[in-house]
Amino acid sequence: MAKWTEKDPIVLIKDVHKYFGDLQVLKGVSMEVMKGEVVCIIGPSGSGKSTLIRCVNALNDIQGGLIKVRGIDLTDPKLDKLALRKRVGMVFQQYNLFPHKTAIENIMMAPMLVLKEKEEDVREHARQLMKKVRLEDKENAYPGELSGGQQQRVAIARSLAMSPDVMLFDEVTAALDPETVKEVLVTIKDLAQDGMTCILVTHEMGFAREIADHIYFTDNGVIVEHGSPKTFFDDAKDPRTKEFLSQIL
Amino acid sequence: MAANKTRSAIPGIGSASLTDLPVLHPVTRPMGGPTTTQWLAGLSWWTALVLMAPILLWPFYVQAASKFTIITAFGTLWKWVPFLFVSGFLFNILISMFAMLFGTLAGAALGLGQVSKFGAIRRPSWFITQLFRNSPWLVILFIVLLALPFEIVVFGYIISIPDWMKAVFGLSLPIMANISEIVRGAIQSVPTAQWEASESLAFTSRQTMWRIILPQCFKRMIPSWMNWYAILTMATPLCSLLGVEEIITLSRQAMEAENNHPELLVPFYSFALGLFFIYCYPIARITIALERRYAVKL
Repeated sequence: MAKWTEKDPIVLIKDVHKYFGDLQVLKGVSMEVMKGEVVCIIGPSGSGKSTLIRCVNALNDIQGGLIKVRGIDLTDPKLDKLALRKRVGMVFQQYNLFPHKTAIENIMMAPMLVLKEKEEDVREHARQLMKKVRLEDKENAYPGELSGGQQQRVAIARSLAMSPDVMLFDEVTAALDPETVKEVLVTIKDLAQDGMTCILVTHEMGFAREIADHIYFTDNGVIVEHGSPKTFFDDAKDPRTKEFLSQIL
Repeated sequence: MAANKTRSAIPGIGSASLTDLPVLHPVTRPMGGPTTTQWLAGLSWWTALVLMAPILLWPFYVQAASKFTIITAFGTLWKWVPFLFVSGFLFNILISMFAMLFGTLAGAALGLGQVSKFGAIRRPSWFITQLFRNSPWLVILFIVLLALPFEIVVFGYIISIPDWMKAVFGLSLPIMANISEIVRGAIQSVPTAQWEASESLAFTSRQTMWRIILPQCFKRMIPSWMNWYAILTMATPLCSLLGVEEIITLSRQAMEAENNHPELLVPFYSFALGLFFIYCYPIARITIALERRYAVKL
């Protein structure tokens, strides 16, 4: 296996097929994401967007095609899922914080248990991350005491604590109140500006247009169209894309 | 008129509904007839009085029937109270505690076995759980008493197994099975999203189970666990049928020593009943309070 270099895509998705039983959800999806790129996947619900990014950290397996993350082949039967997941952070729509741990403990758990780092270092790092997501005063709050937007920012910090190479965001603002959406988007934007590779599934068109380097439009398990935000939003070719955009914008 | 027309056009209201969509039908009990609870709730308030009448009328009957009055009977009981309490009731509590201890340990292991990803562990765990959950406790006790040897030989030493230890073992089996179900239920009540979140943070499945899932289950299990302890305690008199010298056996012996006056029956058994009530009622109250407090918040 050729060693991964910075010139290769950090996430390579090639002709991926995915079935849930008899239902085919992904019908030959291909995508390349370079290091530091921000990629947004948009499309109607049920089009396979979430499934696709869940495949990238092996939460879902694939039945055909190839996915490589930083040279790690996800279709390898001997795949070390833990090694992969150390490199790929994921944030969910429903935050999924651990309700029995405080905010800072949520962030500290994985580095301590998985990476076996020293507690003092981890705590220091966790404090910095809390500051980064602008929640330095909520360290000892339990998830139940935080608003949706605050929980989601803790969830982002929790993923960042593993110092991943790629961050996956699965409709992270879809469950939030409109007024808290912005604080989460600002956090993601900060991250993107720091050079983090991000793959986002989102319905926030304005946000996608603002931060994405590349936009993919999926429908019915295939990528219908992709391109830079400008060409995508202003100059869509495919009728399905046009119809979707006309409904949303 | 127009409104009427629209109304009659609504399927399910104005006309019979015809749909090929899945429909949730109203719940009907397959066997028909009311549930036990419904039946119980349907009884009149005076049913309890009718049922209690023999007990309430007992003293008058006794008073009239013999020289051995109810006063004498309670006097006799009073003499035996310290013995019955210390040698009898405290022994029941001891049996209940040991049975609970072993039942909980074995049940926790069995419950974890029921959610194992290996079928070779999961299926036997499920079977053992169902077997002991759905058997009468008394039958289990008899089998244990008759099947276990009364002494075992270890390195040439003969160790006799007293009946009460067998009773502890016998009682811990159904407790084990029920705790196993509590553990399985609690684990499965944690949303799968918690598993996904910890998986995506590269936790191993063991770490996920012990650090993320079980700590969240623990609180939810306590009320049911206490409930089963109360049930177990109330079941300990079953051991008297095996000859274990607990409160009921001793009460019977005491009454024999007092020439088996029938007047003694109600005072003696009421005393035992009272002790169990005083012990178990607070547990029941605390259980309900905890249940309310730990009601699942997501």
